[in-house]
Amino acid sequence: MPPGHVRTPAYLRGKTGWVERRLGPLPNPEQLAYGLKGDPLPLIRLRFCMADLWGPDTDSPDDTVDAEIYSHWLEPAEGPHAP
Amino acid sequence: MTDTTTYDGRRWHDMGGTPAGPVPTDQHDFSLWEKRVDALMTIASGNGHFTVDGLRRVIEDMGAEAFETMTYYERWIASVNQNLIEAGVYTTAELAQRMTEVAARGPTYGEAASE
Repeated sequence: MPPGHVRTPAYLRGKTGWVERRLGPLPNPEQLAYGLKGDPLPLIRLRFCMADLWGPDTDSPDDTVDAEIYSHWLEPAEGPHAP
Repeated sequence: MTDTTTYDGRRWHDMGGTPAGPVPTDQHDFSLWEKRVDALMTIASGNGHFTVDGLRRVIEDMGAEAFETMTYYERWIASVNQNLIEAGVYTTAELAQRMTEVAARGPTYGEAASE
């Protein structure tokens, strides 16, 4: 994982979700954290399946969790994922 | 030589999903100084001195030991102070002078002010 003020929680890294809605642009928190002017970036609200994060045996595997992640911390998934 | 460590680079504060005990659900009130720290953060960010991202960056850099040994608002005021110094609002020398002045008021001053 890279150093710095990265706001993608470890439990979501490498996981695949789908876009719930697009937000922003909002200033980059990596720059704001060090007193710099933040470049405007798209913020994406993503939705993940609990089973995809914690495995099929987790409590309420069909529940979802939403996370808002800046676009430069995301990469496109290989195929459609929405249930 | 084989490196078998599985260190994933996760920093201490990135604790979502790690094993934890039961979540405390009891309510608690905040003391006057804690409310003042909260207000100070609102004023400082409202005046453009720094943002919540700066608040979090300093708290995260304080490390896991601070998380274990300091209360929530103790960590906040340490971070607010560091951010205000970085923003040039006051110097460490000015802070030291003011702390000396406050200490000279005596140990009961804070109690009297909270009445």
